[in-house]
Amino acid sequence: MPARSDIDTVLVLGSGPIVIGQACEFDYSGAQACKALRREGYRVVLVNSNPATIMTDPAFADATYVEPLTVEMVSKVIAREAARGERMALLPTLGGQTGLNVAMDLAAADVLERHGVEQIGAGLESIALAEDRRQFAEVMGEIGLEVARCGEARDLATARTLAEQLGFPVLVRSSFTLGGAGSGVADDWETFERLVTEGLDASPIGQVQIDESLLGWKEYELEVMRDHADNCVVVCTIENLDPMGVHTGDSITVAPAMTLSDVEFQRLRNASFAVLRRIGVTTGGSNVQFAVDPATGRVRVVEMNPRVSRSSALASKATGFPIAKIAALLAVGYRLDEIANDITGETLAAFEPSIDYVVTKIPRFNFEKFPEVDGRLTTRMRSVGEVMAIGRTFTESLGKALRSLEDGSVGLVGAADGRSDAELDAALRTPTATRLQAVDAALARGWPTERVAALTGYDPWFCDQLLQIVELRRALRACETLANVDRWLLRRAKRAGFGDQMIARLFGVDEVDVRRRRRELDIHPVFKTVDTCAAEFAATTPYHYSTYEDTTEVAHSDRPRIMILGSGPNRIGQGIEFDYCCVHAVQALSDAGYETIMVNCNPETVSTDYDTADRLYFEPLTVEDVLAVHDAEVAAGGTDIGVMVQFGGQTPLKLAKALAAEGVRILGTAPEAIDRAEDRGRFGELLTDLAIRQPEGGIAATHDDALAVANRIGFPVLLRPSYVLGGRAMAIVYDVDQLRQWLEVNAAEGAVLVDRFLESAVELDVDAVYDGTEVFIGGITEHIEEAGVHSGDSACVLPPFTLGRAQVSVLADQTAMIADALHTRGLINIQFALRDEVTLVLEANPRASRTTPFVSKATGVPLAKLAARVMAGATLAELRAEGLAPPLDMATAPSLPYTAVKEAVLPFNRFPGVDSRLGPEMRSTGEVMGIDEQFGVAFAKSQAGTGAMVLPEKGTVFVSIANRDKRALIFPVKRLADLGFEILATEGTAATLRRSGVAAQVVAKFSERAGGGTTVVDRIEAGDVDLVFNTPRGGIGPRADGYEIRTAAVRHGIPCITTLSGILAAIQGIEALRGGTVGVRSLQEFHAEARRGLDSERPV
Amino acid sequence: MIARPPRAVLVLEDGEMFAGEAFAAAGTATGEVVFNTSLTGYQEVLTDPSYHRQLVAMTAPHQGNYGTSDQDAEATSVQAAGFIVRSASRTYSNWRATGGLPETLAAAGVVGISEVDTRRLARHIRSAGAMRAGISTELVDRDALLEVVRAAPPMAGADLAREVTTSRVYDVDTPDAPFRVVAYDFGIKRSILRLLAAAGCAVRVVPATTAAERVLAWEPDGVFCSNGPGDPAAVTYGSAAIATVLGAEVPLFGICLGHQLLGRALGATTYKLPFGHRGTNQPVRDQVRGTVEISTHNHGFAVDNASLARADRFGAVVVSHVNLNDGVNEGLRCADAPAFSVQYHPEAAPGPHDGRHLFGEFADLMRRCGRGRSTTWPEPGAASPLGVVDMEPGSASPPLDGKRSRGAGT
Repeated sequence: MPARSDIDTVLVLGSGPIVIGQACEFDYSGAQACKALRREGYRVVLVNSNPATIMTDPAFADATYVEPLTVEMVSKVIAREAARGERMALLPTLGGQTGLNVAMDLAAADVLERHGVEQIGAGLESIALAEDRRQFAEVMGEIGLEVARCGEARDLATARTLAEQLGFPVLVRSSFTLGGAGSGVADDWETFERLVTEGLDASPIGQVQIDESLLGWKEYELEVMRDHADNCVVVCTIENLDPMGVHTGDSITVAPAMTLSDVEFQRLRNASFAVLRRIGVTTGGSNVQFAVDPATGRVRVVEMNPRVSRSSALASKATGFPIAKIAALLAVGYRLDEIANDITGETLAAFEPSIDYVVTKIPRFNFEKFPEVDGRLTTRMRSVGEVMAIGRTFTESLGKALRSLEDGSVGLVGAADGRSDAELDAALRTPTATRLQAVDAALARGWPTERVAALTGYDPWFCDQLLQIVELRRALRACETLANVDRWLLRRAKRAGFGDQMIARLFGVDEVDVRRRRRELDIHPVFKTVDTCAAEFAATTPYHYSTYEDTTEVAHSDRPRIMILGSGPNRIGQGIEFDYCCVHAVQALSDAGYETIMVNCNPETVSTDYDTADRLYFEPLTVEDVLAVHDAEVAAGGTDIGVMVQFGGQTPLKLAKALAAEGVRILGTAPEAIDRAEDRGRFGELLTDLAIRQPEGGIAATHDDALAVANRIGFPVLLRPSYVLGGRAMAIVYDVDQLRQWLEVNAAEGAVLVDRFLESAVELDVDAVYDGTEVFIGGITEHIEEAGVHSGDSACVLPPFTLGRAQVSVLADQTAMIADALHTRGLINIQFALRDEVTLVLEANPRASRTTPFVSKATGVPLAKLAARVMAGATLAELRAEGLAPPLDMATAPSLPYTAVKEAVLPFNRFPGVDSRLGPEMRSTGEVMGIDEQFGVAFAKSQAGTGAMVLPEKGTVFVSIANRDKRALIFPVKRLADLGFEILATEGTAATLRRSGVAAQVVAKFSERAGGGTTVVDRIEAGDVDLVFNTPRGGIGPRADGYEIRTAAVRHGIPCITTLSGILAAIQGIEALRGGTVGVRSLQEFHAEARRGLDSERPV
Repeated sequence: MIARPPRAVLVLEDGEMFAGEAFAAAGTATGEVVFNTSLTGYQEVLTDPSYHRQLVAMTAPHQGNYGTSDQDAEATSVQAAGFIVRSASRTYSNWRATGGLPETLAAAGVVGISEVDTRRLARHIRSAGAMRAGISTELVDRDALLEVVRAAPPMAGADLAREVTTSRVYDVDTPDAPFRVVAYDFGIKRSILRLLAAAGCAVRVVPATTAAERVLAWEPDGVFCSNGPGDPAAVTYGSAAIATVLGAEVPLFGICLGHQLLGRALGATTYKLPFGHRGTNQPVRDQVRGTVEISTHNHGFAVDNASLARADRFGAVVVSHVNLNDGVNEGLRCADAPAFSVQYHPEAAPGPHDGRHLFGEFADLMRRCGRGRSTTWPEPGAASPLGVVDMEPGSASPPLDGKRSRGAGT
């Protein structure tokens, strides 16, 4: 049967903001699905609150609603779209757990039925069966499969009884939560009770499951697809290096499975199909996880997800089989044997990919941002990103993956770590982000693989592979100098995934020396192809990876080519927004007739979809690997190969100089100019020359320098190591002691920047494109939080809501001056501070910024596309003539008739006990956008979009305000009281409020708990509080009152606002919500309005 | 410390050479070089008699990871002439394992070469076709080995079933089985015998050249024609025997070479594929039901679809299965005779179990033909030397005859 003709419109749900456990893999899945459905002629309506995604690019759907993924807002979209009179279907399986949860809620609220919307992909019953542990266990029993013994509880007492029956260790899991939030393994009562309490809170239905622990069992995931004719295929089998007990998102995983015999694999394959059939997944992709006892081969079904997932994105990248695209086509009626295999072009999707390489995925953690957190890995996922690498062998793919991580390591170098044997023993037993290095250390010490395998639960086969790395390293070291290493040994090391940097480290030489020696010995990488079929059929899609083999497969080309370097693994400070920029650059260049080449190592992204660039190289972003791609492309014909390093964040920028030194042509702003902008001293001189003001400050090489600078400019000062992204280690210090303390901890990182901290200044971001003669102001964004909160964690507004026309002109002029002085060609982002009518420049980045996608979504102008074209040589005038750039920009056009608000989404619920107070160190993982005619509504939408900061329309507000903020807050709080909110306050705040006629109920501080009264924390715990306003008064860390309030609020999912300006915005939002109905409109409609302004006559 | 292993080379008939390292038996081996894309099941592949006189390259890079198990052998010893891999595991890890791959091959005297750019090899075979080749650990000079390769017999026209068939008649003891089936052993795999037994067949295995009259004299309920190596056109005695069985209207089921021989008996022709199908991910469409099975393939020859349409010696013939990738014939069904066969391997091993229902369909066919009354053979055959009645290798129950099996590498 071909595509269904009884559906006109497909409503696709995205997954919302990037959070831990749900990242840009759903942008990849959703974007694929939208493309496929539109190609089939369906009208696609998309709802996703995340502006950094490619899928919310207005070109990907017919109507794109950037609205919160709540049942309320999605219902409005459905009502609005249903009014068109078309037959509509809802496809919820591409938006992660969020998509499924919203679908369940919509059905429960009868919204689907009321509007005649059919749910496709997975039915409600299937979702419920897969989610409910008890029912799931029951139906698995019916088909002869075992699950871990388990039970569920809605209170601690029941949970305790279950744990007594099962015996420790037990696994505690929170029901209906994504990425395993509120889950963990307990082997004592204290841990158990803590996990149960957290799990009950995290669960939207207040339920936890208690499972028998399968610690030490091997873990596998099968990615399975099924069509409506009951044809089933396994796309990929993934083996976890870490055994059961570590969340699969936090595990190192390998594809295909390495240690399963055919007999065992077929048993899992049969079981996975039986699971899909029983759960009732009639069409689409699912993943089924199994635990296998290494001693007996006993199998338990761990769980199944009736939707695309992080693993399905990985499997798609690992095999070339686009699961999300195929799932979308199956949902609208196709069968697997009616869908073409894009890669071969001649075969069909009804087959199982065979791969002739090994894929390794390694998670990327950001524990350094949350130093108070225990780094032990558990069943609660906490990694923020991942890398994937492809090699012909496990060791090769592992080596490539390790150098893709960008965590400062160059691979397994067996560094002497000074650990005692007992410490090493413990490190092997405990799953952490660095356990692999501990294994390396143990094997280097000569510990037998059996012992290492027993301690870690790694399969002995993997331990032997790791031992081979240790042996090769030993053989290299035995040569003493690089010149003594013969061709066989060096090639063997390269074949085992040793990077040039890693080899250089072994001999204490430079990477360049290794490269030279390698070339002397005629050892060069070749590129093979990911083709789904292990070379059985010719591949037409150039999706390549490097390896050390005989022959290469890169096709000849005479066309002008441009390489775009991606942004590597997602991490806090560098995420999906840079992928959006890379993808836009690819699209613009491709439209302009260039052949595009993408290099990246992040499997979650749209940029690494083989469908994005003309040629995809799934490679680490290191000098060695990028040069290899460049050399291969040069060898493939033509010499006109340019490289763009400005779209992928810091990752490609760090390579620019070394690449240029090797003769690579860097397009756009020169690496030297980027360097000049990043170098505080040189950039300061540039500003001085331009007579543009900047905060007083200086660079300090020593402690004494730093003290001197601080004393000269006066406290408070903002401190940061130079060359950082995401505000790593940034801090504001108020006195000499705090300064000294900070230097003790962070001095090792090199030069330190000391700047005057501008209290209560307004921060602004300007994103612009400069072509050498004229500037295009793409957007001016005003931060809601004052300077001092990292721009990535701050809510921000476009157009700027407190700026006048004259101030906008000043910002535009200064932007043009700086862009010109830096010889910018392409994007530039400048951060300004505005204080007492004076504009100061905080920093300039002549490259794509974190705000680029938000600005483009808000205004409809594709800034990254303009920039890519300018970097390739076009002028803005030419782009205007083409229609790609509008006649006016955000400085010259009339102000937008609507407001867009971007809000940061913070991962505090994953890190219990971490202070949620905002500061100069960025900690947000994602962002959402609210857009509306009114600022208040837009702000309220942005808060609702975060899922955690949903503003209440009524209830109780707890107010605890620092003295400096009290005056400013009296009237806003009074407004809330007038709206009918109960006001709860600490003694001091209550007194102030009472004097102004605001009735406030007094509640004891946490520090007054000894007095026996009910404290605010008790009230929060009891669920009596709906909103918390807490502006910190200095106390940081456990035991401070503010800390206790904030962490209690996070624990209970209550919005907690910690800045004055944030509180003011929230009150406007609440007023707007109370003011009447909140409407929805598509981005396409907003952009049409914006465009009317941008297309108006240029003022003389 | 890492010592450089002894060299080995692979040279193809057209002069293409691949350098590698020796990892199994030393020596020189020649045969037809083919590639298999299965991600699992190297032991089942190596012990499948259909790979007789072939040098098998696995496209999956790591081989030997989970060792070998006495329970997983498809015949008493390694059948392939040589093994070509990217990486041969020096250790193995699996609870079912009883040995390692390099040792198993070495014990069987089979030459292995590792560290080969097997993707380059697969691509070469894909464009140049399957051809003769040689692996050697002693003749590492290309021209010397090439001379040996070119002197080896070609695959086309080779009657290899004779070389792998059983030398004597034996019975697979299946208590209370309702059907008595004679299986022609052209190179039969143990998994087939297991699945026939599971479908209720007491199986009597006979040498490939057994006259049909002798078989019919036992009054079997059905006749099964097995897989096997070589060119079906050379196995004239096989198709002749099948024609006799068809004439007697005894239900017949064939797999692989058995399928090709049935096709030839019906009047169809067979031809050599450029490089064949070998793997466990091949999509086959059941033309009657319209569903797709993912199946195991191992064939270098195929029945010509067009010739099947014209084949009329025993009435009309229906093309029951085709390969979705390239339209190659994968099965046939006689409209007017109780016979059907498939080119692919419903017994899998290695590979997906999607086609296992065909064994049940064979039982149904026999039942529909009113067969299945007596459960004992008129004259007893020898006892099975295989011990193959363990239904699910690796299941919790121990193999009935596992210890006596002369499994590879024990």
